[in-house]
Amino acid sequence: MKIAVASGKGGTGKTTLAVNLAYVTSHAVALLDCDVEEPNAHIFLKPEIREQHSVGVLIPEVNPEKCTLCGKCGEICQFNAIVPLPKKVLVYPELCHSCGGCMLVCPDQAVTEISREIGKIEQGQAGHIWFAHGILNVGEIMSPPMIKAVKHAVPPAELIIIDAPPGTSCPVIEAVRGVDYTILVTEPTPFGLHDLKLAVGMLRTLEINFGVVINRSDLGDQGVREYCDENSIRILAEIPDDRRIAESYSRGEIICESLPEYQSIFKTLIQTVVAKTDNKLKARA
Amino acid sequence: MKELVIISGKGGTGKTSITGAFASLAGNSVLADCDVDAADLHLLLKPRIIKKHDFYGGSRALIRNELCTDCGKCREVCRFDAIEIRGPVSPHSQKTYQVDPVACEGCGLCAYFCPAQAIQFDLALNGEWYISGTNYGPMVHAQLGMAEGNSGKLVSRIRSEAKKIAEEEKIGNLLIDGSPGIGCPVIASITGADQVLIITEPTLSGLHDLRRVAELTRHFHIPAMVGINKWDINEELTGEITRQTKELGLTMAGKIRYSRAVTEAQVKQVPIVEYTNDGISQDIRELWQVVMEELNKS
Repeated sequence: MKIAVASGKGGTGKTTLAVNLAYVTSHAVALLDCDVEEPNAHIFLKPEIREQHSVGVLIPEVNPEKCTLCGKCGEICQFNAIVPLPKKVLVYPELCHSCGGCMLVCPDQAVTEISREIGKIEQGQAGHIWFAHGILNVGEIMSPPMIKAVKHAVPPAELIIIDAPPGTSCPVIEAVRGVDYTILVTEPTPFGLHDLKLAVGMLRTLEINFGVVINRSDLGDQGVREYCDENSIRILAEIPDDRRIAESYSRGEIICESLPEYQSIFKTLIQTVVAKTDNKLKARA
Repeated sequence: MKELVIISGKGGTGKTSITGAFASLAGNSVLADCDVDAADLHLLLKPRIIKKHDFYGGSRALIRNELCTDCGKCREVCRFDAIEIRGPVSPHSQKTYQVDPVACEGCGLCAYFCPAQAIQFDLALNGEWYISGTNYGPMVHAQLGMAEGNSGKLVSRIRSEAKKIAEEEKIGNLLIDGSPGIGCPVIASITGADQVLIITEPTLSGLHDLRRVAELTRHFHIPAMVGINKWDINEELTGEITRQTKELGLTMAGKIRYSRAVTEAQVKQVPIVEYTNDGISQDIRELWQVVMEELNKS
């Protein structure tokens, strides 16, 4: 079973939730940190890294001896990543989406593909939690191939928790695609509400089941609750604005470890989500 | 004209609240919201939309089932798993091939290689962008469509339009609210800017993400300053961030204390400096002074 934690707005508590849910669950669990631009879950879990590998994407390489400068590669490329000039063909690796079109259309077999590193994956173990994260190389434009690589991991777990990046665009879509359920974390403020609506729109387009967790729930206004109510969206849990949580978070601690009184909120939450998803999966089977 | 981009690495450190306050303190500047997939600046600055434009960031494939011969070539060439097979829709076909618009990368290979010319490949509407008026100057902002991509291209469009307006109307400052992370939209927001202000917070995550985003600004040779928001949540880490900021060769521009007034101002939908004159607004004014001085130097 795959459950993603996502948010729309950044800094609402995705990583806190993902880490603490993994910490309290009794299932064999894996946590995949898919925020490859700014991965943070390892700060809290402090996993022992046992394996590391490079992630690459395919880019074209042009053999000038075979190339007849026909220009077909430049015609098919939608991303201006390969540009035929009068005397040679230029490749812009960062712009390439790895579709392979240039290689397929080249009539002279002058284009081959080579791998270009965009980041690395580290995996290991943190207590009972199997852990993996992706780290995008600084300066790389495209995070989705990196996220896809993290999601390819096949951990020995019955429950996989995915910590998604913020936003509602390509990286988040890649992170939540194919999951069984998504927990949307928000805060009860106008910014939180606005970005929640966008995230809900995204999940509905993708036809993914979801529920909402309201973090720092005693701040702000009633907008998020009213919106959820009007749109029949289930509020799964509320976590209060507690300065001790903020301080514990700042030091990179797991809340359920440093403030055990919060364990019950997270335990109930993960049990609820797992039970709901289990029923859905069984009904489908 | 000077261009300042406010980014953070980590999300939720206060970029938008601070950009909104700067807009108010600057009085007249051009404003741009480049956090296109979770844009919130308009909630504080209440822009009145003057012009609305469609945004086409790329093309998307569409299979015309009446022409499709079920050969499967499209599925064979697509590397993005975007061609799905469904049941028959007409008596002359066994299967129906369909493009999953969310998975489609817009490479066009399926259309190019379809032997029956059954695949249309047209520009896709990815969102809208707007030119607006606010009490603080003209604003350029956007709305990306649901589950749409091409955010980097939309950011580039917004920035170039905002620059054009600043030049035409001879407005000295362009203030840009960026997005979290270090990827495509962030790179599109900062390349070629005069100064970047990184807003961080004294948490281990904030520090970790600051280091990565600082590496990014260095990679693109853009001068960067650091502001620490909610500095009093963890004074020890504030000290550590200050130390590392110097070590990274960045300018420490200021510190802002934690205050619930930020959320209250957001609920009232006004920039924080118009909501209160308390300590936090003083902190932001001081930060703005330093930022302006640095910006004028660059």
